[in-house]
Amino acid sequence: MYRYDEFDHSLVKERVEQFRGQVARRLDGDITEDEFKPIRLMNGLYLQLHAYMLRVAVPYGTLSSKQLRKLADIARKYDRGYGHFTTRQNLQYNWPALKDVPAILDELASVEMHCIQTSGNCIRNVTSDQYAGAAKDEVEDPRIISEVIRQWSTFHPEFSFLPRKFKIAVSGTEADRAAIKVHDIGIQIVTNDKGEVGYQVYVGGGLGRTPMIGKKIGDFVPKADLLAYLEAVMRVYNMNGRRDNLYKSRIKILVHEIGAEEMQRQVEEEFAEIRKTGALNLPQDEIDRIKAYFADPAFEDLSDDAAELDAAIAADKGFAHWVKNNTAAHKKPGYAIVNISLKPIGGTPGDCSADQMDAVAALAEKYSFDELRVTHEQNLTLAHVRKADLKAVYDALKAADLATANVNLITDQIACPGLDYCNLANARSIPIAQEISNRFADIERQHDIGELKINTSGCINACGHHHVGHIGILGVDKKGVEYYQVTLGGSADENTAIGDILGPAFTEQEIPDAIEKIVKIYLDTRQDGERFIDTYRRVGIQPFKENVYEAH
Amino acid sequence: MAQHTRKGAKEQALTANRLIDGVVVYLTADGKLSESLQDAEVAEGKEAAEALLTRATPFVDANEIIEPYLFAVELEDGRIRAVSVRETIRQAGPTVRLDLGKQAELADVHG
Ligand code: HEM
Ligand code: SF4
Repeated sequence: MYRYDEFDHSLVKERVEQFRGQVARRLDGDITEDEFKPIRLMNGLYLQLHAYMLRVAVPYGTLSSKQLRKLADIARKYDRGYGHFTTRQNLQYNWPALKDVPAILDELASVEMHCIQTSGNCIRNVTSDQYAGAAKDEVEDPRIISEVIRQWSTFHPEFSFLPRKFKIAVSGTEADRAAIKVHDIGIQIVTNDKGEVGYQVYVGGGLGRTPMIGKKIGDFVPKADLLAYLEAVMRVYNMNGRRDNLYKSRIKILVHEIGAEEMQRQVEEEFAEIRKTGALNLPQDEIDRIKAYFADPAFEDLSDDAAELDAAIAADKGFAHWVKNNTAAHKKPGYAIVNISLKPIGGTPGDCSADQMDAVAALAEKYSFDELRVTHEQNLTLAHVRKADLKAVYDALKAADLATANVNLITDQIACPGLDYCNLANARSIPIAQEISNRFADIERQHDIGELKINTSGCINACGHHHVGHIGILGVDKKGVEYYQVTLGGSADENTAIGDILGPAFTEQEIPDAIEKIVKIYLDTRQDGERFIDTYRRVGIQPFKENVYEAH
Repeated sequence: MAQHTRKGAKEQALTANRLIDGVVVYLTADGKLSESLQDAEVAEGKEAAEALLTRATPFVDANEIIEPYLFAVELEDGRIRAVSVRETIRQAGPTVRLDLGKQAELADVHG
């Protein structure tokens, strides 16, 4: 795993010390809130409804066991015993006191963590595939260039005052688990017909008020040129991006206004300029140095058949469900990828108690080479577990209430904090997810329904990715009452789509029934082997419109 | 963001977050800050509301509170109720964690 180099370490230490002084001066009244607010935001500290909120960066979602234990520690010592994993693969604490934040940052720094690049108009924490280094068909571990980008963009003087925040995601497999087409820049690692590794570059994707799917402007950017190419994109954005209007300041608006072709032309022009100087050429030895951090762990040579696993599956139905839904194929024979659902029936999506964090850290240490991943769907992943250990891992997860066997099923929902915590919310998100979860709790029924992703956001900022849920739910405020608008047909994978609005919004009480009707229409209409999204793409929104609103 | 208060709201109270820990507080009639909505001073009419807002300034200047604002309340059996869902949640805590926030700490919150 990547470790801080000296440079990072002293920088972060310096920032913590600086912030400690700033907090002290704020509490003493030497600086005003107007002066302090941008400073605290730069350090990941927001004000929510009940308290402050601290957002901790988890670069490309990878954590060591030691880091997760530290997060658990902090949750116990300074917060209320839990944390919330987000769609940006980060962790949020919901209750820290301002006076404690310098101490929390110190503790984070002791395990090489921080809250930098979690806020403000900079290049945010790069996100990636939770199966990195483990997926079968991976061209290259996406964390290598994620880390290259992280180093290049952290504190880059030209990029700390962008028109707006900027989000980059990377996928190393054709199957996209990182939602790269709804990011400002999405990078798909590919090979050309000579077998060389390079990058497809998508720009201008995003959710929020104006959802857009990224447009491909780079077909094959050679490896050594990636930073030069990204710098070219950033320069075009910096020059042309709108700073006059908050709602129009993201790169997606620029790409939409000038068109993908013109964007491509301008980027190519800048790219040619930057290449002339050669300054941003990525030296191979630097890539190799970073690559070494993400080298395969010491896998054993195992056979892929696991008789004891088959026996355990036959003997324990709960375990069988869990293996079916929560594990995925690994590139090495005899290994599996384990997904840990943070979506217990009726629970809060993404919440994890300190004790659960400790339990997962122990499992990662013992069974998965001491590291784990946070997924943008608000779950956790142990990337490299021996098949022979699956039962032991399952038993331990079960003891920690972490063995819900619902990954990718209807109760594996994304939900933002919404009006239960968030200062910007119009409506609550979590209770909606909980009611749906309770309604569809039956695991046999969930299996019958199959893959179905429901995403809920409490306002148009779309932190809960509602636009790209197969079923999306958006909370709106109508004269002080919470209403929920439903979209259908969204998708965040390699076939990214923005959902279509079904019709008039529902009340909180109506939502579970509306979802039930939508599911029933799908079940009645589906053909063999069709998932919800396949059926939707075949029949469109009409049958849903017609049936969901018909009088009872 | 959900609206804090509506035009023509008759009764309003003043809330803010405490600087040091972010906790929600209300301005009381005797010029103090309380964590409980039930202690809040209720201003009737526009002028009283504006006066209430002005009375928050010293607390801002003394670095005790941040982001003060008025919000609509109503009186019910002598108790103060926040009108909006947002303010109901702020005076109680998350509706999904009844063990946390004021609802777990104070006697007098409302749902
Ligand atoms: C509770 C404190 C939070 C605040 C104040 C907040 C604020 C915002 C705002 C203002 C935007 C829109 C920005 C724009 O369009 O330029 C946004 C977008 C976003 N937020 Fe949050 N957020 C919060 C929590 C979260 C959480 C918990 C998650 C993950 C579950 C999250 C994930 C995202 C994502 C993925 C977007 C991107 C949408 C896009 O592509 O524009 N945020 N957030
Ligand atoms: S979508 Fe809106 S309500 Fe939900 S966390 Fe983001 S800003 Fe808050």
